[in-house]
Amino acid sequence: MKIEHCLRSVKDPEIPSVSVMDLGMIEEINVSDDSIVHIKALPTFLGCPALEIIKKNMIDAVSAIDAVSDVNVEFIYHPPWTSDRVTDDGKEKLKQFGIAPPPEFDAQNHEWKVECPYCGSHYTTMENLFGPTACRSILYCKSCKNPFEAMKPISNLM
Amino acid sequence: MGQLNVNENQEYKQLVIELLYQLADDDFILAFRGSEWLGLAPHIEEDIAYASINQDTMGHAVMYYELLEALGEGPADLLAHGRKAEHRKNAILLEMANGTGTYLENPKYDWAFAVVRHYFYDIYKKLKLESLKQSSYEPLAQAATKMKMEQYYHIMHWKVWFNQLCLSGGEAKTRMHAAIQQVWNEFAGVLTYGKHSLQMSQYGLIEEESLFKKRWEEEMRRVFEDVAISYPGDPKMQKGNGREGVHTDDLIQALATLSEVYHLDPQATW
Repeated sequence: MKIEHCLRSVKDPEIPSVSVMDLGMIEEINVSDDSIVHIKALPTFLGCPALEIIKKNMIDAVSAIDAVSDVNVEFIYHPPWTSDRVTDDGKEKLKQFGIAPPPEFDAQNHEWKVECPYCGSHYTTMENLFGPTACRSILYCKSCKNPFEAMKPISNLM
Repeated sequence: MGQLNVNENQEYKQLVIELLYQLADDDFILAFRGSEWLGLAPHIEEDIAYASINQDTMGHAVMYYELLEALGEGPADLLAHGRKAEHRKNAILLEMANGTGTYLENPKYDWAFAVVRHYFYDIYKKLKLESLKQSSYEPLAQAATKMKMEQYYHIMHWKVWFNQLCLSGGEAKTRMHAAIQQVWNEFAGVLTYGKHSLQMSQYGLIEEESLFKKRWEEEMRRVFEDVAISYPGDPKMQKGNGREGVHTDDLIQALATLSEVYHLDPQATW
């Protein structure tokens, strides 16, 4: 529990309001007899340049616990990270940062309904499928006239 | 399936390695060609989108090189930057320059060629990943599952460009037709699994090459139908087979450029 608490302080370097726990990136935490912590984490996008920084920050945070002798972080690909792993708490924090949480993926219609993180309206349009980072898109709210970003839905159905 | 273990079956291991080099080198060189458009794309939104697509694709190449590293082929950075052209397994289509000039001097790049090459490659890659998701080599199957999710957005993006430019009139249409011909002249080089094709499918690494090509052709016929262009027939491989290490000066120049910093200090940690 203490380890999880520490990991809540490790934020996404590009979205400082959400932690690796909020994003659902942590798959497994094991502590071996010699007090070595083994963490298995899932990358959101494979080409994400923040992965190495996140890994280092996780090691630093967990190493700060007195009883821990060493920390070992491994990125794994099974199960794959999908956007439904973002916790409810994480979704709220994304909104606070001005990013709409990942909408549900509709495999039939290829359509997403994205709620504006500022005013809650559904009257929004896609400006660019791709945004400032691999995991985000750029949208525009026609109700409150604000541009905003949304996390892309990522699903096993794709 | 006990014999399908890379530590116990040398033939199987060599086939996994061969397939991984093809996949890695394809993604790597196309991501490099794509990055050469940075700042030169038709508009700012496209610059952002294209950069993101290249970043994903380069991430996929890294993934494959890391799988090779795990099989004892050497460090991923070295595999990406340090191998000579004749050892590369990428298809020639993917190494071809974006146009005339260089990134720094008079880059006269052809956007029609960029759209067609990326769209067709990304469709091919989606189908290939579908097959690799069933691969007998588990680490590859897992990587393919993850990559395919990202691939979804790439295809959505290129489809918009491809359909709109093909369905418009004037210069756009003429240039798209020319680009399709150019890409088609080499696309057989992308489709081939190389000379160990049969063993690869016998070991369950990937579906049989002839079945894959059939599935690909069905998909491409739909792509051409969408834009009312008749199917151009079987693709060719005019410049040679990259899977056998045959390459052009375009690759030699690309490697010299992309590995310039790496060769200043190969020991450096990035």
